[in-house]
Amino acid sequence: MSPETCSGIDGWEVVIGLEVHAELATATKLFSGARNEFGGEPNTQVDPVSLGLPGSLPVLNEKAVELAIRVGLALNCVVQPSEFARKNYFYPDMPKDFQISQFDQPINGEGWLELPDGRRIGIERAHLEEDTGKSTHVGGGGRIHEASYSLVDYNRAGVPLIEIVGKPDLRSADDARAYVSELRAILVTIGASDGKMEEGSMRVDCNVSVRPVGEEELGTRCEVKNINSLRSLGRAIAYESRRQVDLITLGQKVDQQTRHWNEEEGRTHTLRSKEEAFDYRYFPEPDLVPVVPSTEWIDQIRMAMPLLPGERRHRLAEEADIRPEAAALAVERGLDDLALAAMDLGADPARVLVHVENNLADGQGTLTADGFAALVAMETGGELTATQAKTVLADLVSSGGDPALVAAAHGFEAMESSELEGLVESLIADHPEDWEAFVGGDESERKKKSGFFVGQIMKTTKGQADGRLVNEILERRSTSR
Amino acid sequence: MEPEAEMPTPGRITRDDVAYVARLARLNLTDAELEGFTGQLADVLDHVADIEALALDGVVPTSHPLPLSNVFRADEPAVGSDDDADHRLFCEEVLAAAPAFEESRFRVPPVLGEAP
Repeated sequence: MSPETCSGIDGWEVVIGLEVHAELATATKLFSGARNEFGGEPNTQVDPVSLGLPGSLPVLNEKAVELAIRVGLALNCVVQPSEFARKNYFYPDMPKDFQISQFDQPINGEGWLELPDGRRIGIERAHLEEDTGKSTHVGGGGRIHEASYSLVDYNRAGVPLIEIVGKPDLRSADDARAYVSELRAILVTIGASDGKMEEGSMRVDCNVSVRPVGEEELGTRCEVKNINSLRSLGRAIAYESRRQVDLITLGQKVDQQTRHWNEEEGRTHTLRSKEEAFDYRYFPEPDLVPVVPSTEWIDQIRMAMPLLPGERRHRLAEEADIRPEAAALAVERGLDDLALAAMDLGADPARVLVHVENNLADGQGTLTADGFAALVAMETGGELTATQAKTVLADLVSSGGDPALVAAAHGFEAMESSELEGLVESLIADHPEDWEAFVGGDESERKKKSGFFVGQIMKTTKGQADGRLVNEILERRSTSR
Repeated sequence: MEPEAEMPTPGRITRDDVAYVARLARLNLTDAELEGFTGQLADVLDHVADIEALALDGVVPTSHPLPLSNVFRADEPAVGSDDDADHRLFCEEVLAAAPAFEESRFRVPPVLGEAP
């Protein structure tokens, strides 16, 4: 953990709950046939509904409901009958002066998300709502309070959003980042959203409070807005939790506030206090009827769901006999199918995972499961050293082929152990002092000297020798003297 | 996501309640209007309160008078793309109908405070 994102403060516990808004990957808006695309010319992806023109009426997008149900199922939520409500406020980003959202009857009730380390983070709800337009403040250096006027683009107004409200189950900046990463992976996997934080299609609001370790009662929370990346999320939590602890330590109180994260300054500042909080006067949206998904529809959606990241971690972990956490990287890189196929062909799981984690960071390229399994077999059979296997693997990734032929083309041949034995023997004879130091040294000295001997052998053999075998010979010789 | 400010207390509607709601709705009411609307709103609420005379145990609350649910549209664009001439004309007309626009965006007075 880098110091700047470290949110651990001695004697204090940080409590975090996240509200994540994700734009749903539909072709059109939530309540009309205007297009839902990123980056169009301003005010071209609009129609009477998204502009709030008098007489226009909303009609619900079926695909958006289906995607919302997918999100609910992926987050183990109760998918339930729901209604829409008007959230009233005056702000030019919503031309009809209210946002259609869900209030007391969200489409998805309680659920949970499993982090790669196995911990379950509670989900309070995940509901549908429409996105707002985008305001740009002109004059005053872009600062909202000093702007001389604002320009509004309604392309985003009415884009379907799913708002996922998490329970305050997160305890550090690392937790929060792991949660958002996992949530993003889930949303992308099920095709609900592209999850691009940098384009604003996934946005995170963060509720932070602190309490002394051992205290049961929650502290007063502050909501931090304007977090645009995972890095900002970590920094904002570190800053905000420190600020609250400092206040309490000085004998002051934390006020319930909405605060704005300033990325450049690396700090949060007050947007509004509890007293200034909006009264949205929610009431049922009279222009929309309830959504009551049938059991058949929900089952149909469930059947069509792909394997989720968590399920893929468990599947690989079971096959390789490791903890799910250790399978996370392979799943994140999308290499778990390849790894499983290679294991099915008899490849040693441990070696497969070592390659996936250390040598396949850029994906599998032209590497096939057959080639991978054959390569690992050569390696475990002693025909290739680890170093040679890595070289052959890189070739299989970039241009494919038969690992045996690739190895032969590199001139890799298994070195007979008798030949290696001879090389080690003469090396010891040439360096008696190093040998004595190895034999009589403590663990760290032995490690240092064995590194020296292996390095020398590698040099002599141009990397053809098996480092593990050299170590074995050194060990054997030092104990059998 | 939840209303955080205090809601007016239940019971007979007061002049303060009406003033509060008027403020939220950005309505500037005179004292006489406040007085008049308080009486009228109280009458409306009294009328609705008649429902309380009925035995409604076990009746599910409804938010809609229509026996309808799941009214959907297919996820298909109903308007042309950026380069469709008719659609462009609509977009231009809409902008032209606004009091002011700039760079294809609606120009509005400076907004105090941040979006909710």
